[in-house]
Amino acid sequence: MKKFLTGNEAVARGVYEAGVTYAAAYPGTPSTEILENVALYKEDIVAEWAPNEKVALESAFGASVAGARALAAMKHVGVNVAADPLFTIGYTGVTGGLVLVSADDPGCHSSQNEQDNRYYAKFAKIACVEPSDSQESKDFVKEAFKISEEFDVAVLFRMTTRVCHSKGLVEFKERENIDIVPYEKQPRKYIAAPAHAKLLHPIVEDKLVKLEEYSNNTYLNRVEWNDSKIGIITSGVAYTYSKEVFGDTANYLKIGFSFPLPMKMIKEFADKVETLYVIEELEPFIEEHLKVAGIDCIGKDKIPNIGELNPDIIEKALLGKETTTIEIDSSKIVNRPPTLCAGCPHRGFFYQLGKKKNVMITGDIGCYTLGFADPLNAIDTVICMGGSISMGHGAQKAFEKNGVDRRVVSVIGDSTFMHTGINSLVDVAFNQGNTVSVILDNRITAMTGHQENPATGFTLQGDPTNQVDFEELVRAIGVKHVVTVNPLKLDEVDKALEDAFEYDGPSVIITRWPCALKKYSEQDLAEFGPLENKCFIIEDECKGCKICTKTGCPAISFDNGKMKAFIDPNQCVGCEVCLQACPFDAIVKAGE
Amino acid sequence: MAEVKNILLSGVGGQGIILASKILATGLINAGYDVKMSEVHGMAQRGGSVTTQVRFGEKVYSPIIGKGQADVLVSFETMETGRWLDYVKPEGTVVINDFEIGSAPILMGTVEYPEGVIEYIQSHAKDTIVMKAADLAVELGNVRTMNVIIVGALIKALGLEGIDWEEVIKETVKPKFVDINVKALKLGMDQVK
Repeated sequence: MKKFLTGNEAVARGVYEAGVTYAAAYPGTPSTEILENVALYKEDIVAEWAPNEKVALESAFGASVAGARALAAMKHVGVNVAADPLFTIGYTGVTGGLVLVSADDPGCHSSQNEQDNRYYAKFAKIACVEPSDSQESKDFVKEAFKISEEFDVAVLFRMTTRVCHSKGLVEFKERENIDIVPYEKQPRKYIAAPAHAKLLHPIVEDKLVKLEEYSNNTYLNRVEWNDSKIGIITSGVAYTYSKEVFGDTANYLKIGFSFPLPMKMIKEFADKVETLYVIEELEPFIEEHLKVAGIDCIGKDKIPNIGELNPDIIEKALLGKETTTIEIDSSKIVNRPPTLCAGCPHRGFFYQLGKKKNVMITGDIGCYTLGFADPLNAIDTVICMGGSISMGHGAQKAFEKNGVDRRVVSVIGDSTFMHTGINSLVDVAFNQGNTVSVILDNRITAMTGHQENPATGFTLQGDPTNQVDFEELVRAIGVKHVVTVNPLKLDEVDKALEDAFEYDGPSVIITRWPCALKKYSEQDLAEFGPLENKCFIIEDECKGCKICTKTGCPAISFDNGKMKAFIDPNQCVGCEVCLQACPFDAIVKAGE
Repeated sequence: MAEVKNILLSGVGGQGIILASKILATGLINAGYDVKMSEVHGMAQRGGSVTTQVRFGEKVYSPIIGKGQADVLVSFETMETGRWLDYVKPEGTVVINDFEIGSAPILMGTVEYPEGVIEYIQSHAKDTIVMKAADLAVELGNVRTMNVIIVGALIKALGLEGIDWEEVIKETVKPKFVDINVKALKLGMDQVK
């Protein structure tokens, strides 16, 4: 019986079938569902959310050194965070099979860049495996664990959004029983001190030679011969697009093992065809290897290295075929940007913060990044996970040193603070900074779809656990001015901000209220209770000032004909932020 | 079943498009087709424009299509039909749910919801089906069945009414919602001649 699975679900199944016993990850689109699905095999696999990707990879590596098969999973930019251990794991090798899933996001559907992580495999001198669909995601990840153990190498398992989030039919197999490798001390292998590192490097180069030989012979790389003059070398989801466009009118060299590349196989393939295309998404990773080897091919001179590919783009680029479409008059479409949900606890905070003059606001990665947008306009920068507090610190120091009178506010979510923001706050306290850091604690990792984190009280596999106490933590770091507020209470938020601006020294404001979409735990119910009753507008009192619409709540709309605002009762959750914003008391709560 | 068919579903986050796609895909798999389905997650879901794609046939490679490739565009929200219209084949079918959800600039009163979207599409696309699934869902007793009513219309438009959809509903929704969703699916089918 075949099951209809996403690539992420299929990888999770493959990890189970491969006999893995430890898996760790930090959530990030498009990788999140991998660990969520691995976690379902609770009897056989320990699956954990790590506070960040570096910790996830190090934990998985520890399990490998202990002798067990282990997985770490993350989105592409997460590998940047994990790069430090990754490059040295490239030298040491592994004991139990170690696979690192990198879920790249061509097209930046939910990311700050579209880096091509195949280069990480080459850079860190480890193997790279690329599946094209759900069935391959399952089969190839099992093969990746075998490769890892046979060649004593970590494997970068490179997926992309369309492989992760597309569904296809997948055939299941039974779980293999993999015994843990008996532990022995191996200081020359696992203590990467300079004396050992020098000895490890030539071993790594030797491994790469052996891996290239494997690459020329593995089923992961295969030729589909259709007796054509056209040859296509392709990998990942781009293979499926190529098949749609060329069908059996071209020969294919389908690359599933993309580092080290099967250069012998590639040369033989190239020799047999007249026209050689390299079709790959994002960067010319394969093409560069061909060019260095003196193999003539058509690649990125025709196919864009920006954004996602699809069959249409390839057809246009290589065959010059123009698609006929139905024209749409642009006046019939209005933008539909993502917005903070009705009842989102971030709204009240950003509404107040956005009114402050003479501030610079450094932001971070999460739903609350949307605080930058109209009408809130309350974030100036977003770069990477945890960057808000440290960027803010540097900016405040620069303003002060140069006599600029401007205060800096850094905003960061609970999970992002635990990820790497905590290091930045240590920096602020240590270097006597003078910023206002705000931890937007909505009791869950919201944007990726509600994952637990070290401050929520539950593990990935559902067990109750310790909760980080932000106030105590922040004080222990050395910040003396700390206050926790309800972000739905505008006066509380405003007072906290003004007090922090008054205070000479670093301060932290913690806004504490659950995500509007969160399923309340018993503790949440006891602490926050359910929000009851909805807000509505007394039409006669509404002066048409539009101030309530400045909260950006999707439940509120303004009728330009009637010059009145309206609250959609199907969306309103009764958070009362608009009620407090209204200067004419025209908004009231039902039943009160 | 040689030729691959491409279905594009569009709408707004929260309208139940993913469940609708899952119902369609499950029925197609039960009928023996190879099926691929593609979704978008993460930031884009927060009240933004959402699409899924379902492709089926004897053998499907790509999970996604480009512009001018959809045999059917089914849009759960009126304006979203326009946003994805250039993905439809010139001879393709457009199923429009006459149901408006304002986006942020419209809600704030900065711009008005565009007028005449349905008329524009009817005059530019070869084959259009317009339905008021929200009204039908309210009549049926649960506004949340709107998505399944739309799937019903899509199934009829695709000529797939021979598949055992009651079985599919049982596989894809919670037991207590099976009856109403079976009714919703049939109601949707009745909207297309």
